[in-house]
Amino acid sequence: MTFEYAPAPESRSIVSIKPKYGHFINGSFVAGKKHFPTVNPATEEILSHIALGGTSDVDKAVLAAQKAYTKTWSKLSGKERGKYLYRIARILQERAREFAVLETLDNGKPIRETRDIDIPLVAAHFFYHAGWADKLDYAGLGHSPKPYGVAGQIIPWNFPLLMLAWKVAPALATGNTVVLKPAETTSLTALLFAEVCQQAELPDGVVNIVTGDGSTGAAIVNHPGIHKIAFTGSTEVGKKIARAIAETDKKATLELGGKGANIVFDDAPVDETVEGIVNGIFFNQGHVCCAGSRLIVQESIAEEIIEKLKVRMAKIRVGDPLDKNTDLGAINSKEQLAKIKELSAVGDTEGAQRWSPQCNFSDKGYWFAPTIFTGVTQAHRIAQEEIFGPVLSVLTFRTPQEAIDKANNSPFGLSAGIWSEKGSRIFWASQHLKAGVIWANTFNKFDPASPFGGYKESGWGREGGKHGLAAYLKNGKETGAK
Amino acid sequence: MSFYGLVDGSEKSLIHFLDELSGVDQVGAEARAAMLATRSIKTTSKKWAIETAISMVDLTTLEGADTPGKVRALCSKAVRPDPTDPTVPSVGAICVYNDMVEVARTHLDAIGGKHVPVAAVSTAFPSGRASMEVKIQDTQDAIDAGAAEIDMVIDRGAFLAGKYGLVFDEIVKIREVCGGKAHLKVIFETGELVTYDNVRKASYLAMLAGADFIKTSTGKVAPAATPPVVLVMLEAVRDFYSITQRRIGVKPAGGIRTTKDAIKQLVLVNETAGPDWLTPELFRIGASALLNDLLMQRMKMSDGYYASPNYVTID
Repeated sequence: MTFEYAPAPESRSIVSIKPKYGHFINGSFVAGKKHFPTVNPATEEILSHIALGGTSDVDKAVLAAQKAYTKTWSKLSGKERGKYLYRIARILQERAREFAVLETLDNGKPIRETRDIDIPLVAAHFFYHAGWADKLDYAGLGHSPKPYGVAGQIIPWNFPLLMLAWKVAPALATGNTVVLKPAETTSLTALLFAEVCQQAELPDGVVNIVTGDGSTGAAIVNHPGIHKIAFTGSTEVGKKIARAIAETDKKATLELGGKGANIVFDDAPVDETVEGIVNGIFFNQGHVCCAGSRLIVQESIAEEIIEKLKVRMAKIRVGDPLDKNTDLGAINSKEQLAKIKELSAVGDTEGAQRWSPQCNFSDKGYWFAPTIFTGVTQAHRIAQEEIFGPVLSVLTFRTPQEAIDKANNSPFGLSAGIWSEKGSRIFWASQHLKAGVIWANTFNKFDPASPFGGYKESGWGREGGKHGLAAYLKNGKETGAK
Repeated sequence: MSFYGLVDGSEKSLIHFLDELSGVDQVGAEARAAMLATRSIKTTSKKWAIETAISMVDLTTLEGADTPGKVRALCSKAVRPDPTDPTVPSVGAICVYNDMVEVARTHLDAIGGKHVPVAAVSTAFPSGRASMEVKIQDTQDAIDAGAAEIDMVIDRGAFLAGKYGLVFDEIVKIREVCGGKAHLKVIFETGELVTYDNVRKASYLAMLAGADFIKTSTGKVAPAATPPVVLVMLEAVRDFYSITQRRIGVKPAGGIRTTKDAIKQLVLVNETAGPDWLTPELFRIGASALLNDLLMQRMKMSDGYYASPNYVTID
């Protein structure tokens, strides 16, 4: 007898998706000119058509944001701004299921994650920043720190609504107004968020959302009316933005790529470490900038860890993202799937050993089995380049110093994990790792109070916590940001 | 003596073996158990789980007020949990105090319940505070009276004092008394061992000493069979199997009162030790109130509505 879990799909009837969307400018939805389809990556069904924003749309949005800044938002006290943020947070909680289902449909990530992680964290970010709005004078950022005005924000497709929250909540709390562009493949929850802004009666123009592709993002970056850029996405685009604003007075925070080292010492708690490795690389299909995509394990226990990891990976439930029992959903887009396949093929040709559990995928949709490559060294491209998919590279080390050296031997420096039952070793390792976020005996844990950001090519500045506020305030004593 | 070729039975070898075990990270273990508790078990899989859980219940009465009448009533319930539906399986076993074993065995045999074993709690249950002679006699009495399963308690005082050799020797001796006649379940009272590291150590001590089953609790101390405790024990039996090729059973007991709780336990088994353990030979749930909730949920699944508790027998 076997215990087969019957399908337990979350109902999608709670969401109503319009056939076509425009932009959200100055408090209302305005029609777009050109449109492109957005698909459910699990079925390839076209969910809706999204407006492709051009320069004129961005102009209108910036103008609305400037007007809202001058006329209303900058005149409100912090306490009043905080009220709006609290209201948005509460509405997000009330409509959590709707957002979770919509995010899963548009992004392909499992409902278990949108329901239990993404949406609760989104609400938490608004609650957290609502609390800061009237306390900025006491945040240690100088006396009466001032907002920049209009913030241009460009977000990725891996955590669509969560990245919106990371950007919009601190911007509004600090008194800035916003022009935000969601990622091309995942605009729907941002557009639903626009409805929440209306529901919360947020003054017109405080939040403006222009949908589109890279050209729309470039129009935002290059717009003279914008004084602060916040971008999360690839290092490649991050560098373009840095070049574009190099001779301007624009400030920027960039949250870019990573190749997180998850270091396992021989005294690690083995079972929980295996869970942490799985969570580090297979959470959100590995579409996580801070994913623990390099497992750096002490050679003396590598065999045991890999054996247990394979047993555990065989239990990962891959499939319909709306099913409440799914652990690993669909790859977000055809393009991303191609990229994952390409880099994995490089792993094969470079001589690393690939292993995946047996997975039965539906013919439709974009899928990639959870995969590990063993026998990887620093000289492999799959140890150096970000794959941004459910693919783990396993390397080994002999001494603690060698673990640190390998972990730091990367152009990135976003995240790292340390697994050990020895407190002194954890402290020692965390002091020597060059990464913005370091987890000990856990991985991929997020909290609005904790600043997040990277060293080296992983970005500029921090988001979240007190440090994140500084990035939206003049005289904000923030480290690392331009 | 050699125990699976892993230890020689001396305290030194035991300490060495237990020290080599990986630690358990409390936060991680609790997070994993909590994640597995979100599994959504519906329709056909729920029906299967309910019936499997019924067949795994060790239907228990361990009260000072137990009488032959009470025990006989429980036996009837054990054989035919739902008198209106013969397709409902019998429970895994009846679990009683030593002096009630004979009453239970005789009555079960008389009502067509030869297939339902009687389990006796033993070794000065629940505290385990008695001399070794008394514990041996306690066990022998139960076996003589017809117990096919012995649920012994470990000496928690000795365990917490670090006297692993003593704990081990007691289990070995009781194992000898059981011989081929009775299955041995070893109760840790995890609520008194407190840490997951201790639960893991106790699991290996018991398995090495010859336990057939490892069991969380007596039901007299809370917390008892919490999901993370059961997770750690399931990891232990899984890993012990990979070393020795012998499958040891697991019995959570105490605090599992609802169908939802029971299904969560089955999910833990399925995704930790694996489907091989989803049989009454390797997984039991020590409970009393649980059985009626399972029956009510089963009725609800076939009728589509919740019946009054009066449609489920109270014994």
